[in-house]
Amino acid sequence: MNELCLVPVGSVSRQALDWIENAAAEWFPFPVQRLPALDIPETAFDPKRKQYQSIEIMKMLAQTAPPHSRRILGVTEVDLAIPMLSFLFGQAQFDGPVAIVSLCRLHQEFYGLPAQESLLRERTVKEVLHELGHTFGLVHCSDPACAMSLATHIGLVDSKAERFCERCGLHLVQRFSREEEV
Amino acid sequence: MKKNWPILVVDDEDVMCESMAAWLREDGYRVDTAPDGRKAVELARSADYAICFVDLKMPGGMDGIETMMEIHRIRPDASIIIITAYATVDTAIQAMKEGAQEYIVKPCNPQEISMLVSRILKLKKLLSENAILRKKLTRQYRHHDVITKNPRMEEILSLTQEISSLRSTVLIRGESGTGKELIARAVHFSGARAEKPFITVSCAALTETLLESELFGYEKGSFTGAVGQAKGKFELADGGTIFLDEIGDISPKLQADLLRVLQERRFYRVGGTQEVEVDVRIIAATNKNLAEEVQQGRFREDLYYRLNVIEIRLPSLRERREDVPLLAEHFVQRISSELGKDVSGISADALKLLIDYDWPGNVRELENVIERAIVTCHNGTLDQQDFSWLQQPSGQSPSWEVPDVPLGELERRAIVAALERKHGNVKEASTALGIDRSTLYDKLKRYEISH
Repeated sequence: MNELCLVPVGSVSRQALDWIENAAAEWFPFPVQRLPALDIPETAFDPKRKQYQSIEIMKMLAQTAPPHSRRILGVTEVDLAIPMLSFLFGQAQFDGPVAIVSLCRLHQEFYGLPAQESLLRERTVKEVLHELGHTFGLVHCSDPACAMSLATHIGLVDSKAERFCERCGLHLVQRFSREEEV
Repeated sequence: MKKNWPILVVDDEDVMCESMAAWLREDGYRVDTAPDGRKAVELARSADYAICFVDLKMPGGMDGIETMMEIHRIRPDASIIIITAYATVDTAIQAMKEGAQEYIVKPCNPQEISMLVSRILKLKKLLSENAILRKKLTRQYRHHDVITKNPRMEEILSLTQEISSLRSTVLIRGESGTGKELIARAVHFSGARAEKPFITVSCAALTETLLESELFGYEKGSFTGAVGQAKGKFELADGGTIFLDEIGDISPKLQADLLRVLQERRFYRVGGTQEVEVDVRIIAATNKNLAEEVQQGRFREDLYYRLNVIEIRLPSLRERREDVPLLAEHFVQRISSELGKDVSGISADALKLLIDYDWPGNVRELENVIERAIVTCHNGTLDQQDFSWLQQPSGQSPSWEVPDVPLGELERRAIVAALERKHGNVKEASTALGIDRSTLYDKLKRYEISH
């Protein structure tokens, strides 16, 4: 059980998956394995809201996880939500194995603006670090520049850096070594 | 910190409960979920939820409003946020009327809900701090909160009652931590001046010039930075009491100024030409022996007699050991509730250790020791192990006072004492004094000590 599995849910560009794989490999000392794409479960679609319930997708990811996986990170282009909230950039099982990131609202086009590849890459990396951080027991950080700070709109995603603050970084290092001991 | 504010999510839809709980856990909260009102009430009986998100429409059994009312009955301080899928004014009004703190229509913006939760918790934190501070203040003001069964302390308490309505100056003497300010407050708050200000000034904390302007105020332009006129503590205490702590540390000039206030109840602001008249009761406190300070010429005799109209000498905690168990139990109850820790008492062994200890820092030290033990304690009772760090200094009085004698005399006395303790054994005495044997012999010769 040592791999970080990256799973496209629905169609996701190879380029985005490359960005994610590189970022994950940089911050998390586990081999990253890219798994074949999964279809989006029909049960996740909410026809009224035209969005997808993240919990349903996370359940599917947990069920289909290979036995060797340490963490499963789903990536999707569809717009995620939960019944209570109008949207989510991503969601994770706190201190658990599954996380999902949606690229839908990270595209400039979503806000009626021209596409900007470098910005999309930055946002994607920040959200991936954030959700994976939760799976390793990190809660939201009060440092607005830390990847673990809570972003409730795209402006807050942009004001974060593509890194963890010193305190969250230290937590991760300690956590990695504990997991290695187990 | 957030773990101290547990949250409950009540909704018949599993996906709603799970997803909301997952989102809040990412923010560091401890979250429980309940699929119906009955389970929610059951959970609320055992956990003190700070916030409960309750769905308005839950099929069968209790609906959101009924659930909210029942939770409120058990946990009146819990903030209830009613969730509904439909925005109808009538339901909103009904929910708020029944005591809901907020009403939200799902789905709502993540920012909205994040701000709502932090706003409610901020308010709760303020309210709980406020309650603790109020409790602290009220406690300090009341006579019956001076905990004692020591006859000397009981005499002092009845004396404070008797003198509370007089204007006579009071001088309170006692070691640090014996509760001098507590007694001063007791005098003030049980007398006719209770509704008027009680102003405390720590005389040792300020330099002469600062203390002068602090006590008497200043006029605009009287020194650099005096941009306007400012009232001093004497003026602020008008009609009430001024408590001058550590009075033995004030300079000769201030002693003269203070004497004038005591005699005439009038003074000038720094840089002022107009006299200010005040009606203030003065209570002074010191841990020094002022009579000795007078003899040594460091404290004005006339001021000493002006201050010492009514003298109260507070016993040290060593002199009232019978109060240690009472005080310790009191601090355990108060501090564990303030810190939110489930500690209910002290074991007999631990209590014996506390009674035997000499308490150089007196009641304040006991309070701090209990607080430290509660913070690090993992059981419901404080035992001996929780105080293992409390070391009694051996063979030496904890309140060792250095007599005002030449340094050489101090050295001579230390050598004599060491020889006495070591029954004349020069080798052991030199080790105890931290010097070698030949040095000790030299000193014995110099001070003409025979052994």
